[in-house]
Amino acid sequence: MQHVSPVREPLVTGGKTYHDVTQDVCRQVEAAPNIRWMAALSVALLLLGVFFYSVYRTLWYGIGEWGLNKTVGWAWDITNFVWWVGIGHAGTLISAVLLLFRQKWRTSINRAAEAMTIFAVICAAMFPVLHMGRPWLAFWVFPFQNTFGSLWVNFNSPLLWDVFAISTYFSVSLVFWYTGLVPDFATIRDRAKGPIAKVAYSLLSFGWKGSAKHWSRYETVSLILAGVSTPLVLSVHTIVSMDFATSVVPGWHTTIFPPYFVAGAIFSGFAMVLTLMLITRVVFKLEDYITIEHIALMNKIMMITGSIVGVAYITEFFIAWYSQVEFEQYAFINRATGPYWWAYWSMMTCNVITPQLVWIRRVRYSIPLTFVLSIIVNIGMWFERFVIIVTSLHRDYLPSSWVMFSPSIIDIGIYVGTIGLFFTLFLLFAKFFPVINMAEVKSVLKYTVDNGPTYTGQDPHHHTPQPATTHGVPASASVNYDKHD
Amino acid sequence: MTKRFALGIFDDEDVLLHAVENVREAGVKIYEVFTPFPIHGIDDALGIERSRLPIAAFFFGLTGLSFALWMQIYMLGFDWPMIIGGKPHIALPAFIPVSFELTVLFCCHGMVITFYTISKLYPRWKTPVLDVRSTDDKFVMAIEVNESTDMTKLTQLLRDNGASEVNQKEMSKF
Repeated sequence: MQHVSPVREPLVTGGKTYHDVTQDVCRQVEAAPNIRWMAALSVALLLLGVFFYSVYRTLWYGIGEWGLNKTVGWAWDITNFVWWVGIGHAGTLISAVLLLFRQKWRTSINRAAEAMTIFAVICAAMFPVLHMGRPWLAFWVFPFQNTFGSLWVNFNSPLLWDVFAISTYFSVSLVFWYTGLVPDFATIRDRAKGPIAKVAYSLLSFGWKGSAKHWSRYETVSLILAGVSTPLVLSVHTIVSMDFATSVVPGWHTTIFPPYFVAGAIFSGFAMVLTLMLITRVVFKLEDYITIEHIALMNKIMMITGSIVGVAYITEFFIAWYSQVEFEQYAFINRATGPYWWAYWSMMTCNVITPQLVWIRRVRYSIPLTFVLSIIVNIGMWFERFVIIVTSLHRDYLPSSWVMFSPSIIDIGIYVGTIGLFFTLFLLFAKFFPVINMAEVKSVLKYTVDNGPTYTGQDPHHHTPQPATTHGVPASASVNYDKHD
Repeated sequence: MTKRFALGIFDDEDVLLHAVENVREAGVKIYEVFTPFPIHGIDDALGIERSRLPIAAFFFGLTGLSFALWMQIYMLGFDWPMIIGGKPHIALPAFIPVSFELTVLFCCHGMVITFYTISKLYPRWKTPVLDVRSTDDKFVMAIEVNESTDMTKLTQLLRDNGASEVNQKEMSKF
């Protein structure tokens, strides 16, 4: 007899069969682009145009096009870099950490979250590369013998660690994501009607046929990639935080930075995943896969990481006072009450107070409120990086060099432009790639069903044989998913 | 060379799992099983050995670690020693981040390339499959047959074990 678990909530609602999953996910890949998608892509492309114009200005006229000055030599560029890298971390967290913790609800959202990771890292990489001024010499950051002799890169520098961390993170995430995509490309290939689609998805699917042996190796590979990506994702933001923490600038030189940055990264990343998923599920009619339970669970993670970030803010302040270093104390007093007080208090409001609203069940389960919250958190996390970077720099040891920073139109253009780049890539992904991992979702359809044999044969060892299928539909998948309460 | 296959099509993975056990018990050799998603327990049922990819991954990681340490110690310690921030030439704690990243890089890419190579997965213009539904919602058991195979008996065996259809298909280059 089949037994529906009284404690487990279904991960996918609507009593889907395996075929329904394929249909629902492939629908938008196979259909002609709809008008809403075209409209969104037009806006994204417009912003991408802004990006290209700003990059052209930066490269043609130089870094002087930005609002940087002698005292504030790092501002929006590094703020945006850290912001984008942080956003990327949620994708790896969902696909790797939640895999290791066997959180099966992740199967509906991991594909899109990993795509978000890759696109966010691409956006992030733009900033340090452009700040080099001569991006065509960007390969000089790698240990490459230069033409004047064997002078090597400095392996003691956290900026060099960043090069290795970000490039490893990007390439490993890409491989992890692509390996997960291969079986789903095979599904699309086997359904494809047009000759171009057939060839394109055949190339993309690497000749995947779904044989049991390949699946066995695939699972091994996924597990190890997840196991290795977990420390990798933590190392990446740790190293990003060391760009600051290993310096001697008051306000940066703190040992709390690595865990504080990692928590902040996950916090902002989940906010971005929520923003994207809330739109994607409506536009592509995937409400049965990305359910209200998923949203509530992501809200909870956002609340926990937001609280860790809040504790870190307060700890920093306490330690500044407790250290008795007057420069350190001034850096923090200046953050909260100096000329950038508005940035500091925006950060505190958005990142410390907002996520606490998630304690209320009605907020956690409300789609419009979650959407607003996720946007507020993204804004707050941008301010966090701005506060850390600009307020620590703008008043240094010499009061005669104290200045304010104001971004130039090109600074704003590049930032807004990377948002355009991100959404262009995401929209193309959403149209041509399966946004939900079909194979993994199919494997959790029976999540609420105890593995009761739906076996029809004449095996005498078996009790109560029952028909496996009703009208060609797996019996287990048509089990009543009604809530128990 | 053209091969002929009898295909048992199943609608449910649990039915397939029992069928695999029973068919093998009946002395029939299963060529391959194609499924839309990984099925737990099918490795044991089919007698697939545990993959040695984790061992390969470990050695790829070890290679990455050794390479990273050699590179940093050679470059900064011997080839062009420089005093940076008053630290020793070979400042091992400062080498940890790059060593870790290269360990991960070599481990992941080495393992994934090995996976694609041993599984013979690479981009192809055309991918012939035995049943296109096997990447959608059907579980396909392929058994290689020839003229001497008693098809009625085999069909009956598969049917008895819950196959919803039994088809035959010829495949060249498979």
